[in-house]
Amino acid sequence: MIELENVAYSYGGGELLSDISVKLAPGSFHFLTGPSGAGKTTLLKLCYGALLPTAGTVRLLGADVRTLQRDDIAMLRRRIGVVHQDVQFLDHLPVAENIALPLTVSGRGGAAQGDDLEELMAWVGLTGRAQGLPPELSGGERQRAALARAVIMSPDVVLADEPTGNVDWEMSQRLLRLLIELNRMGKTVLIATHDLSLIRAAKAQVQARVLRIANRRIQLAGADL
Amino acid sequence: MKLNLNALQSLTHSDRQADRVVPPSGFTARLTLFAAAAMAFLAVFALALSMATGRLASQWSAELARTATIRIVAPLDQRATQTEAALAVLQTTAGVQSARALSDEEQSALLAPWFGPEVSLDGLPVPRLIEIVETADGIDAAGLRLRLAAEVPGAVLDDHSRWRAPLVKAASRLRLLGWVATVLIVATVAAMVTLAAQAALAANAQVIAVLRLVGATDRYIAQAFIRRFTLRALAGSALGVVLGVIAVVLMPSGGSEMSGFLTGLRFQGLGWIVPFLIPPLTALVAFAATGAAARRTLENLS
Ligand SMILES: Nc1ncnc2c1ncn2[C@@H]1O[C@H](COP(=O)(O)OP(=O)(O)OP(=O)(O)O)[C@@H](O)[C@H]1O
Ligand SMILES: [Mg+2]
Repeated sequence: MIELENVAYSYGGGELLSDISVKLAPGSFHFLTGPSGAGKTTLLKLCYGALLPTAGTVRLLGADVRTLQRDDIAMLRRRIGVVHQDVQFLDHLPVAENIALPLTVSGRGGAAQGDDLEELMAWVGLTGRAQGLPPELSGGERQRAALARAVIMSPDVVLADEPTGNVDWEMSQRLLRLLIELNRMGKTVLIATHDLSLIRAAKAQVQARVLRIANRRIQLAGADL
Repeated sequence: MKLNLNALQSLTHSDRQADRVVPPSGFTARLTLFAAAAMAFLAVFALALSMATGRLASQWSAELARTATIRIVAPLDQRATQTEAALAVLQTTAGVQSARALSDEEQSALLAPWFGPEVSLDGLPVPRLIEIVETADGIDAAGLRLRLAAEVPGAVLDDHSRWRAPLVKAASRLRLLGWVATVLIVATVAAMVTLAAQAALAANAQVIAVLRLVGATDRYIAQAFIRRFTLRALAGSALGVVLGVIAVVLMPSGGSEMSGFLTGLRFQGLGWIVPFLIPPLTALVAFAATGAAARRTLENLS
């Protein structure tokens, strides 16, 4: 699904990431961890084509990102759902419409979204806030809305950057269960987090691998978690 | 921007959902509408001016067709000899293609409107008229007058409305200026729409970024803006044209040919269609300008 080969990335100064080789197989479940500022968000951006590697090759759903046109990137994002760390919405549209936005922009809005949308909103516990505006949401509600928006297209891959950063333990378990559920349906999942207890909780339910960024490189963490 | 049919079609069948993704912008919308209307109003007058002066110029230059007349004002007994003398002079004058004296019948016909057909000109000291057709180079009127004064004292040269020549030039120039003004107005509309679109795109940078992230294509995003500005420009300029045309229609008209410059400031015949081409043209210009602005902005986004 997503393949990084000897990838390096630098924002202009020294290299932030060097010699990264990762392969996310279809249906796999990965965690990405590492200290703050290690480059987790940067790595995820490489995985959805928001950044181009400064060295090495990134292959997304079989295509080299360097060969992708702007429209190809747009199509790619319909198949890779992303929960952004600093999630942003269209603040003038109600939450429900924001969650359905990927359907709208891909021309699949309207009638098709009805039941699925309601079910999904119930899943993330936002049914009561459907007609509220995004600026009115709490931090945790925003993250739940972000997750709902990321999965509404039923993407092949779900990338989540600190999806449980602002929610309580119970809610984080619920979001995790949703992600595990998606994984069982065959979706590839990658979650960036530094919440080790979340990783432990997940490991009890799903076969998850943990990637750790340390010293600009990526390591497969052992069973020591 | 590919001005293909698809893109234009998507303007007409409005995708309400897609329109909603960009927040409404009441104030800039009204400004765009107003500016488009004002420009269209001005364009109507620039066009009316061009077309009116154009008509005037061609009318006048047709009247300048190269002819002149000599009147022989002399006592009856000298009229024939002086006419002969004048014709002789004309034969040796450069620039004269042909010259001939009008017959009595022709002169009676010319005078009939004043004296009635029954009046015989025999015995009346009516001046004899000599009609001159000039070559392309024309005659030297001043030189000819001097020669006639020396050899044919009764001859008066009338070179018609030659005095209008500089006016014809001025009218042609005015017509050109009218077209230049129209072109400038169209260019101003393009500049204005570009500025407004750029401002809207900048104000909605976050919206655009979110749309990109959830998989919207550049085309989808651009269209939300293009549709808005094209429709605003179209509506504004339609309003301006209607008001402009009403103002032109209400201009006092008529009067003599001489006052035609002011009272003729209107459209004629098929010319009435021209101002109504302004709104579609404005819409097209807005469409292209917004498209270019959107493309520039979007290319800088990941
Ligand atoms: N656009 C940018 N330009 C320059 N430097 C950047 C940019 N984005 C991030 N960085 C730097 O790159 C480093 C890694 O950032 P990144 O956001 O990937 O870290 P992270 O692992 O996600 O951290 P956190 O756990 O706090 O979210 C940081 O030192 C950051 O300052
Ligand atoms: Mg981060």
